[in-house]
Amino acid sequence: MTTVQTDEFVEPGRGAGLLDVLRRRYLVKLLVRKELRVRYQGSVLGLFWSYLKPAVQFVVFYFAIGVFLGLSRNIDDFAVYLFSGIVAINYFSEAFGNATRSIVGNGALVKKIYLPRELFPVSSLWVAMVHLFPQVLVLIAGALIAGWRPSIVQLGAGVLGFLVVTVFSLGLGLLFGAINVVFRDAENFVDLILMIATWISPVLYFWTMVTEAIGTGPLWWLYQANPLTAAVELFHYCFWFPATDETAPVLPHLGWIGLGALGLSALVMVLGQATFRHFDGQFAQEL
Amino acid sequence: MTDVTDAEAGSVTVPGPDTRIIVDNVTKRFTLRHSRSLKELVVWTLRRRRESLTNQFVALHDVSFHINDGETVALLGLNGSGKSTLLKLISGVMRTDDGKVLVRGNVAGLIEVGAGFHPDLTGRENVYLNGAILGMTEQQINDRFDDIVAFSEISEFIDTEVKFYSSGMFLRLAFSVAVHTEPDIFLVDEILAVGDEPFQKKCLARIRELKAAGHALVIVSHDLNMVADLCERGILLEQGKVIVDGPVDTAVAEMRSRF
Repeated sequence: MTTVQTDEFVEPGRGAGLLDVLRRRYLVKLLVRKELRVRYQGSVLGLFWSYLKPAVQFVVFYFAIGVFLGLSRNIDDFAVYLFSGIVAINYFSEAFGNATRSIVGNGALVKKIYLPRELFPVSSLWVAMVHLFPQVLVLIAGALIAGWRPSIVQLGAGVLGFLVVTVFSLGLGLLFGAINVVFRDAENFVDLILMIATWISPVLYFWTMVTEAIGTGPLWWLYQANPLTAAVELFHYCFWFPATDETAPVLPHLGWIGLGALGLSALVMVLGQATFRHFDGQFAQEL
Repeated sequence: MTDVTDAEAGSVTVPGPDTRIIVDNVTKRFTLRHSRSLKELVVWTLRRRRESLTNQFVALHDVSFHINDGETVALLGLNGSGKSTLLKLISGVMRTDDGKVLVRGNVAGLIEVGAGFHPDLTGRENVYLNGAILGMTEQQINDRFDDIVAFSEISEFIDTEVKFYSSGMFLRLAFSVAVHTEPDIFLVDEILAVGDEPFQKKCLARIRELKAAGHALVIVSHDLNMVADLCERGILLEQGKVIVDGPVDTAVAEMRSRF
């Protein structure tokens, strides 16, 4: 006679969070493919839109900030400088913005079939990566024309910057994606954050302009504590700095600031995952 | 391997060797919030009528039962009696407020056929996406793909976008994917109204096959003749309480006499 152990039984609907997503990589892949297919369905330009938008954004900023405000006279290879920052911020905006909307957007599915719901923010992040890739290729092409010769350390800085944005945006996406189910205000709040993201990190200007204006006191520390500041500076150090004569001042302790930003982002991800799991049980009835 | 005794099992009644689903003293409440705007929140709070912004109702009240392998159970009751909520709790879509739901093995819920289908994808892409959503691996879907398409009888349209399907074609394909997932626990909510009569017969035959293979099935339906024919056990719910849990004929007879 066989007997049953109660520990074979599990409570349905209580997954292992992000770890479950690793186990269902195939589904993530299909969700990403669906998202890309659906987004460009019936559009003539298709995936080309994901090049066109950053290109237009780049041209506008280049003329407004670089030519009219004259920054291109102070910063060597301003085009490469500008674009490496824009690429980092665009990746952040797309991953964070779409992850925030992902649970509400997939409401029909969330209400009817149990899946580890972290799948949806993770798919949003992955879609953002798919869009990041061609932009990085364009950036590298531009940097090469400007004479890019990066060292191993400088390439490592780029990888660290990428990790910071990835972990930070996923953490924030989980946090606000969950809150958005209960309070739709979260979407608008996130739009607000994304609107200022370009301006509170050194994308359109040089970091020394910030210290000239606010000194190196607590405000400057706060400015540097922003993981996006670290990520943008890491991208500059990877893609722009080796394309110049390397005389521009590098942000002091950039390596430590980068690692600190990664640590802070990991903390945000833990907080995001905890909040997400807290609200997870309510998703189906709140949608 | 240790045996489960009453003492160890605590409040959970002792599961038998074939038990698949344990529903133990489950209560589920819903809070209906009428509005969430800040303005209304402030106004209503000031008027000391804040509690009337929400109202609670109990969808399930202290429900307990076990379901074993090879059992086919019909959940009966009027609209709003808590049948679908119970299925959602078993599938994990929702969580209980009190009590526990425990399951052994994997659950495939057909809370609604075709959830997870996307109109802009082709039939083929939807089979893969929906199969993966219902827990199949890539290999399993590849292996069963031909069977799924053959069962749905729409093979000539499989590479057409689903938005061009008729509703019957859509439901056939969706049902076909679901019945090929081979879960340990199969939850069906009012889906046997799918397609024309020959296709319905085919679906019922497939469900009997699953039952014969030892899968546990829980079916929600208002078609009393059909469930009486398909299930051997019936659980009748009224306003979230179990009224009858016994042979399906008893439950159906009670349902007919009450309502």
